[in-house]
Amino acid sequence: MKTIWFHMQGYRDLPDDFRDRYDSIWVTPPNDELCHSEDVAKYLHWNLDELEMADDLGFDGLGLNEHHQNGYGFPISPNMIATVLARRKSDAALVVLGNTLPLYNPPIRVAEEFALLDCLSGGRLVAGFPVGSPMDTTGCYGIPPTQVRPRYYEAHDLIKQAWTRPGPFAFNGRFTKLRYVNPWPKPLQKPHPPIWLAGGGSVETWKFATDHDYTYSYLSFMGHKYAKVLMDGYWDSVAKAGMDDNPYRAGFAQLVVVADTDADAERLYLKHLRNFYSKSLYVAPHFGNVPGFMTKKSFEFQLSHRGASAFSFDFKPHEATWKQLVEDSRMVIGGSPATVATQIEEAVRNIRVGHLMVILQIQSMDPELTAYSSGLFAEKVLPKIKGIWDKEGYRDRWWPQGATRNQPQLAQPSASHAVEAKVQA
Amino acid sequence: MNTATAQNIELPGGFAANHVIIKGAGAPVVYLHGPFGQEWDGFLDDLSAYRRVYAPAHAGSEETEDLEHLDSLSDLVLYYDDLFDRLGLDRVDLVGHSFGGMVAAEYAATFRDRVGKLVLIDAMGLWRDDAPVADHLLVSPEKLVKLLFNDPSKPEVAAKLAMPKERDAMNAAMVQRFGALASTSHFIHPIPERGLKRRLPRIKAETLVLWGAQDALVPPIYATDFAALIPHAQVQMIEKAGHVPQIEQRALVSDHLKKFLT
Repeated sequence: MKTIWFHMQGYRDLPDDFRDRYDSIWVTPPNDELCHSEDVAKYLHWNLDELEMADDLGFDGLGLNEHHQNGYGFPISPNMIATVLARRKSDAALVVLGNTLPLYNPPIRVAEEFALLDCLSGGRLVAGFPVGSPMDTTGCYGIPPTQVRPRYYEAHDLIKQAWTRPGPFAFNGRFTKLRYVNPWPKPLQKPHPPIWLAGGGSVETWKFATDHDYTYSYLSFMGHKYAKVLMDGYWDSVAKAGMDDNPYRAGFAQLVVVADTDADAERLYLKHLRNFYSKSLYVAPHFGNVPGFMTKKSFEFQLSHRGASAFSFDFKPHEATWKQLVEDSRMVIGGSPATVATQIEEAVRNIRVGHLMVILQIQSMDPELTAYSSGLFAEKVLPKIKGIWDKEGYRDRWWPQGATRNQPQLAQPSASHAVEAKVQA
Repeated sequence: MNTATAQNIELPGGFAANHVIIKGAGAPVVYLHGPFGQEWDGFLDDLSAYRRVYAPAHAGSEETEDLEHLDSLSDLVLYYDDLFDRLGLDRVDLVGHSFGGMVAAEYAATFRDRVGKLVLIDAMGLWRDDAPVADHLLVSPEKLVKLLFNDPSKPEVAAKLAMPKERDAMNAAMVQRFGALASTSHFIHPIPERGLKRRLPRIKAETLVLWGAQDALVPPIYATDFAALIPHAQVQMIEKAGHVPQIEQRALVSDHLKKFLT
């Protein structure tokens, strides 16, 4: 299994009465009241220090994403941060999950910047293509909700063609019209960097993943028990498409906190978890559920299944207990290294995941605590989980060619790998 | 009083049929609704007492796939032109409310000889930095009510806001509202201004600009702007009314419409 150290790059010092004073963490929390540039200057260096630490600690990959105008995570341009990491001598993957395609106009910019990153990093790039959240797309960037997916699909086609067809060629889309598509350079990886999709469980994205043989990552903060129904839906659609059950077709984000003992973990991290769940996920419904963002069919499906989820409990995030977060709901995986390793194996086997994105820096945590948790994870958890899926013989076809860390099989390619590589090329 | 009927009007271009509500006898009037969906409010009953009223649904509100064939307001204007052809309407009077007012003004500026009289009720379509049109899409339900109505405690307003209690009916109502908001925001999100002010001087139709004096969504100053740009226009302010004066002051609105249209 691949473990990716994922940085959300949130705002670490939100006021305690945030929920009383403001109606949303996203789109409209007033910048002059809440976002202090001096603090952000400090956080940006911490963020990069933490990512570089994770690289040094031996995680398989470093994860970044793109969001706008919020306190939950505002890694505005992940490509800029990834460029700093790409300069390092490293064999870890750079998982940029990703560039929100509908926000780029013209989206050829994504083809160019990802190609630049791939060249600079020595072919270590994962090219993430998320559709984007309603908050980022219709809220912050003003895209009509009915145009988000059409723009996404068109941008995807343009970028993939730009990477695989000889330039220059003409691209006549509904939203983007380019006479000369001819990006300099193309990516180092051939035919192109692995493309990863990310989503919150929409059926359309699953179909897109199987149509193109992409890997799909479910990004939620609710843990594997909650994710089970959705991930089963994804695996059903994979089976229906006649594809294999390779766990590397799936990724999952997981909040993890590690300490020497279970009791230490509760003492050290509970306040940070409460802070995260009560502030970072505090998105006003009118920004999160926008008419037209999902298709009418999906909306009807959602209405008819209202209240049908088997997973529910009385959850007040600001006063949630350790037992609720870690034991009952399994939203968070936390405790001693032994506890964490056991629970991670249970989680990834339950929902069948080959790419695990661990979130070890949780918003209000300072760099020292982050380093403590990450260090324990790298030293005592990683060795126990990295072999998951190995004995079943699954191979990760969605891992960047230049990210050779923990990949001994690439040093001595077997005959079957060579054949598959040929087929892929 | 005769009752309203509905006809599914087939359209060219791969669009779903438009479910047009029709009532009354006399010269035709077409009513274009606002962003919250097709409606048949009491003032249309008043209007249908002396005119034949056609109330189509906004394009794409039934089938959002229709929007794949509609990129801009000019596509939408042609959609309505096709619809009027199919309805057999040669020359019409147009009444448009809110988003529908913006579409009616676009239509009248494009097909300037096909529109007899034009009524714009609290129309979108213009923009002032000193009095921005508020956001009707990304707002809480509580705030939206305040944006739309001067006095939400009035029974007429409560009736307009009421949702069906029974689950299937409520779901159907929510789906209808979803489709209406999605398909109208397709043309105007995030700011309902697409250059209409350059086209308003083309309008030949005699125009009544009717506005709720307490409109918090599209402030009343826009009534003055519409009237200044449309060559033959008069303004009628409706006191004690917000964005939907035909609900809050039905009798008054109906009187003004009758005076203007007859």
